[in-house]
Amino acid sequence: MEEYTFLRQFADSWMLVMLFVFFLGVIIWVLRPGSSKVYKDTANIPFRHEDKPATDEEART
Amino acid sequence: MSNYIKLIALGLVILFSAMAINYARDTAYMVHAIIVLLVSGGLFLVTLRGTGDPNPTVAPQNEYMDGVVRAGVIATAFWGVVGFLAGVFIAFQLAFPGLNFEWAQGYANFGRLRPLHTSAVIFAFGGNALIATSFYVVQRTSAARLWGGNLAWFVFWGYQLFIVLAATGYLFGSTQSKEYAEPEWHVDLWLTVVWVSYLAVFLGTLIKRKEPHIYVANWFYLSFIVTVAMLHLVNNLSIPVSIWGSRSVQVMSGVQDAMTQWWYGHNAVGFFLTAGFLGMMYYFIPKQAERPVFSYKLSIIHFWALIFIYIWAGPHHLHYTALPDWASTLGMVFSIVLWMPSWGGMINGLMTLSGAWDKLRTDPIIRMMVISVGFYGMSTFEGPMMSIRAVNSLSHYTDWTIGHVHSGALGWNGMITFGALYFLVPVLWKRERLYSLQLVSWHFWLATIGIVLYAASMWVTGIMEGLMWREVDANGFLVNSFADTVAAKFPMYVVRALGGLMFLAGAVIMCYNLWMTVRKAPAKEASLTVAVPAE
Repeated sequence: MEEYTFLRQFADSWMLVMLFVFFLGVIIWVLRPGSSKVYKDTANIPFRHEDKPATDEEART
Repeated sequence: MSNYIKLIALGLVILFSAMAINYARDTAYMVHAIIVLLVSGGLFLVTLRGTGDPNPTVAPQNEYMDGVVRAGVIATAFWGVVGFLAGVFIAFQLAFPGLNFEWAQGYANFGRLRPLHTSAVIFAFGGNALIATSFYVVQRTSAARLWGGNLAWFVFWGYQLFIVLAATGYLFGSTQSKEYAEPEWHVDLWLTVVWVSYLAVFLGTLIKRKEPHIYVANWFYLSFIVTVAMLHLVNNLSIPVSIWGSRSVQVMSGVQDAMTQWWYGHNAVGFFLTAGFLGMMYYFIPKQAERPVFSYKLSIIHFWALIFIYIWAGPHHLHYTALPDWASTLGMVFSIVLWMPSWGGMINGLMTLSGAWDKLRTDPIIRMMVISVGFYGMSTFEGPMMSIRAVNSLSHYTDWTIGHVHSGALGWNGMITFGALYFLVPVLWKRERLYSLQLVSWHFWLATIGIVLYAASMWVTGIMEGLMWREVDANGFLVNSFADTVAAKFPMYVVRALGGLMFLAGAVIMCYNLWMTVRKAPAKEASLTVAVPAE
């Protein structure tokens, strides 16, 4: 099979499925149990450390 | 030690550019060589003077690197006014062709100034806005100083040099005739160096972040930097005719070249003007509204949906061409699917204000940000609609396209940038507040009415033009000549130019307001007097 045809067939079959599954995975990951609490904290990042960087003691892991 | 290496490298650049001036095969290349010679010569002197300094200044790690952001804010405002001015002038040139002065033929006629305008507003104004805000946002949301020390300054000045080289190239006719990618090979190479450094600074800062999570704005900024690097490399694959000249030959030809160009062109819109500016939206709207983004979950889905879909939308620029039908259908379908992430993002931005809608009445800056998100929603509705083949057969090659681009660029990119500048200047220069909120209101209304005049006149003239081109008489002959449509468009061209003039006037008012904020607004005393302890 020539290269173009091979890539073409791969792109609209396996690659398409892979990307779509990855996307579904993102949605499921986002809606996982307990995510709301994590994201509430993440969404507040812009309101911390406005004036200077965090020191090593302040660093959150 | 590193200074000696720098001096040797700069010396080589000086030697090379001096030779390039001598051997230059065209004016544009010679002008570029002169600019590079002057810049590298100046840098050589500065580096030489600093060599052997016993007490080199060491940047404190317990402060943010804001100098480069301040420079970026100034550059954004400056290039904005230059780009808008060029746009207003070429708008009047279209309405009154006499403005293509005889003495300036070959330098300042419409054909030479148009790419100057598009690149000035997209890459100089928009690019500087993106670099400055990304440096600001990535530091605050990572709680870390920019990585790489003076590399950030190299990115800033290197990018300005790219802008000057691109702009002078257009005036002297050095172009590879690719929309939004006009600069020739030597300028492209320089941009590649600058862009890789930009990526390094941004990624380095993310890697040493003190927050466990990467805030969503940084995801958008990062996707913008990475994708633009990829687009730039692939679309500029070309072989120079000579190392002493600016001409080059494209590696791809025919429909492959066209498809590559519009894959690049549409993703310049999708990742430069959309993803990057969405990064601005996800930081500055929550900051100005003083509440976190409406739904962080939605913002993650927004991100992945947007970057998965945008990359496929390019073929809609090539409907009814030699492009295979399947490819243009693919582009059309993905453009329409884009409605969902675009509107998801718009809703996320707007709903951030839920519970704080009263701020719209009192805060003209949040008004600016909200209308920019409104224009984002409008132009991302219009775009997919225009990508439908049947609509495109009417709209393509007409002024409707120009109107669509400008409602997005002036409304969405322009307004969100203005909002970010109004937010940043008091913070960066440690002022209590802006000099005048009334002037912000003036800017808001001038810009909004200007955009409405622009978009409305371009809808009218675009649809009129499309209908006139396809009008046939009873015998199947075309009714109108091209010149008939040009004559019919005159009044709308004047309205468009006036709309642009109002938008420019608003930007000039903004520059005055920001200048006076730095000069006259009361300083934030507390933050100035508190000394930061040395560590």
